[in-house]
Amino acid sequence: MTADLRRLRGSAAIVGVGESDELGRLPHKSSLQLHMEASHNALADAGLHKRDVDAVFTSGRNMANDVPEYLGIRPRFIGGTQVGGCSFILHVEHAMAAINAGLCEVALITHGESGASRIAMPAPRWGDDSTNTQFELVHGSSGPPTGYGLLATRHMHEYGTTKEQMAEVAVATRKWAALNPKAFVRDPITIADVLRSRLIAWPFNLLDCCLVTDAGGACVVTSAERARDLPKPPIYVLGTGECTTHQMVSQMPAFNRWDAAVAAGERAFRMAGVAPSDIDVAQFYDAFTIVPILALEALGFCAPGEGGPFVAGQRTAPGGDFPMNTNGGGLSYTHTGMYGIFTIIEATRQLRGECGPRQVPDATLGICHGTGGIWSAAATLIVSTES
Amino acid sequence: MAETYAGPIPKPTPETRPFWEAAKARRLVIQACDDCGARYFYPRPLCPACLSRAVRWIDASGRARLHTFVVNFRPARGFPADAPMVIGIVELEEGPRMMSHIVGVEPDPAALRCEMPLEVVFEDLTAEITLPKFRPRPER
Repeated sequence: MTADLRRLRGSAAIVGVGESDELGRLPHKSSLQLHMEASHNALADAGLHKRDVDAVFTSGRNMANDVPEYLGIRPRFIGGTQVGGCSFILHVEHAMAAINAGLCEVALITHGESGASRIAMPAPRWGDDSTNTQFELVHGSSGPPTGYGLLATRHMHEYGTTKEQMAEVAVATRKWAALNPKAFVRDPITIADVLRSRLIAWPFNLLDCCLVTDAGGACVVTSAERARDLPKPPIYVLGTGECTTHQMVSQMPAFNRWDAAVAAGERAFRMAGVAPSDIDVAQFYDAFTIVPILALEALGFCAPGEGGPFVAGQRTAPGGDFPMNTNGGGLSYTHTGMYGIFTIIEATRQLRGECGPRQVPDATLGICHGTGGIWSAAATLIVSTES
Repeated sequence: MAETYAGPIPKPTPETRPFWEAAKARRLVIQACDDCGARYFYPRPLCPACLSRAVRWIDASGRARLHTFVVNFRPARGFPADAPMVIGIVELEEGPRMMSHIVGVEPDPAALRCEMPLEVVFEDLTAEITLPKFRPRPER
C-alpha cells in the first residue's frame, strides 16, 4: 500500500482555479450559472478549452448529469461523490486515481450553489421516514449549528477549551478577509464582538458561524506530465486522504475528537512524506470556529486538547506564525453550503504567489482540509510547488 | 398530547417500527447482538459492530448521562421561535448514545453539565408517535 501511495505522490497537479464572476448575494444567478462561471474561469486560468476536459467531478443530487449537460461536456469519467462540503477536496484524490489508471486526463472539479438566494436549488433532503427525521430532527436539531456545537461543548468539558479561544479564530480570519477584496465581510471584529453577537446555539454566537452566500468555484486537475506544458506553474498533489464515520451526528464515534479527519490526515501526510511542521499555509474548512481547532488536533499540528491554546494570541492571523484561511474562510469570505472547493482555490493561489496583500511569503507547501455533513466525512489534500 | 407541536413527525420504517411501537407503550428499547454482545441504537436489523443478523430488541433502563449538549437559541423550523431548546447527546446506561431534547431544565448553559444524570420521559406527539425525551435525574 505504501509503495502505491508513493507512486501517486506528485503524479497529478492543479493547473487551473476559478470562482464565479461574483460572490455574495446573487439572486440574479442560478446555482448552475455559478457552476458555469467558475468552470469557465478555471479552464481559462488553466489555458484549456472545454474540449480538453474528459472528466467532470461535482457534488449534489443529480449534479453529475446536470453540470455536464449545462456545460456541453460529455465526460468519460464521472465523479459525483457527495459527502458534503469536503466532497471537492476528495474529488482531487479520485481524479488523481482516475488519471493514474488511464481513464481520463483532464478533470474539471466544479461547485456552484445559490446557498443564500436558493435559485434552482435541489429540494430539501430529509423525508419524514429518514433516519435523520426519526432520530434527530424530531428532537429539535437545527442541523449544523446543533451538530457542530455538540462537539464544541464536549471539548470544552474535557479540555477546558474556551469560547474566547474559538473567537480567536473568527477574529484572525476576519483580518485575512480585510486583505481579500472578494471577501463578503471585511470590517474588523474583536473577541468581545464575537462573544456579544447573538447566540445561535450555545456555545456558538453568530460570529462563530460561517456565512451563507451564493458562489461557484472550480479547479482543473491533470497529470503532472501534461501540467508542465500549461501556462501557470503546476501545483502538485503530494498527498490525499478521506474518510467518513457517520451520517447522523448522534452516531459520531467520539465527541472529543474528529476520527474521520484523523484517518484522512494520516494517509495524506504518509503519501506526501511530509510532517505538519513542514506546512507553510493552511486552508481549513471553518463552518464554525471549533472546526479548524479540531482539524489542528486531528491532523497532528498539536496534541489532542491543545487546539484552543494553539489558536490563541492571533496565531493564525496575518503576521502570525500559522497562516490559516488566508482568503477569509467560510467565516468571512464566502460559504455557499459546500465550501471545500474554495480551500483548493486559495491554496493554489498562495503557492503560485498570486495573493497580493494577503500573500504568505515563500509558501511552497500547503494543506487543504474539510468537513462534510456534520463532522461526518473529512478530506485532506497536501499540495506543493515541487513534485 | 402536545397540541401545539408543529415540528417534524417521524414516519416509521419497517426496521424502526418496533422502536416507535415500544415508545407508544412507554418503553425505551434498543437492540443487542447475540453473537458479539454489542448493544446499539438506532434501529437496524444487523449488528453494526460485527454485521451479525442475530439481533434482538431489549428494554433499556431509561437511565442515562448527558454526554454533551447545545442550547439552541434559534430553534429549528416548526419549533417555537421564542423558546430556546436544550439538545443533548445522551449516553444510556447500556452504552448506546442517542440525540434527545432535554426537558425539565432551564435552557441555560449554567444549569447543565456534561455527565449529569438523566432519565427518560415520554411525550405524545400524535396519536401514533410518542417521543422518548430525557430530563435530569437526582444523583443517588
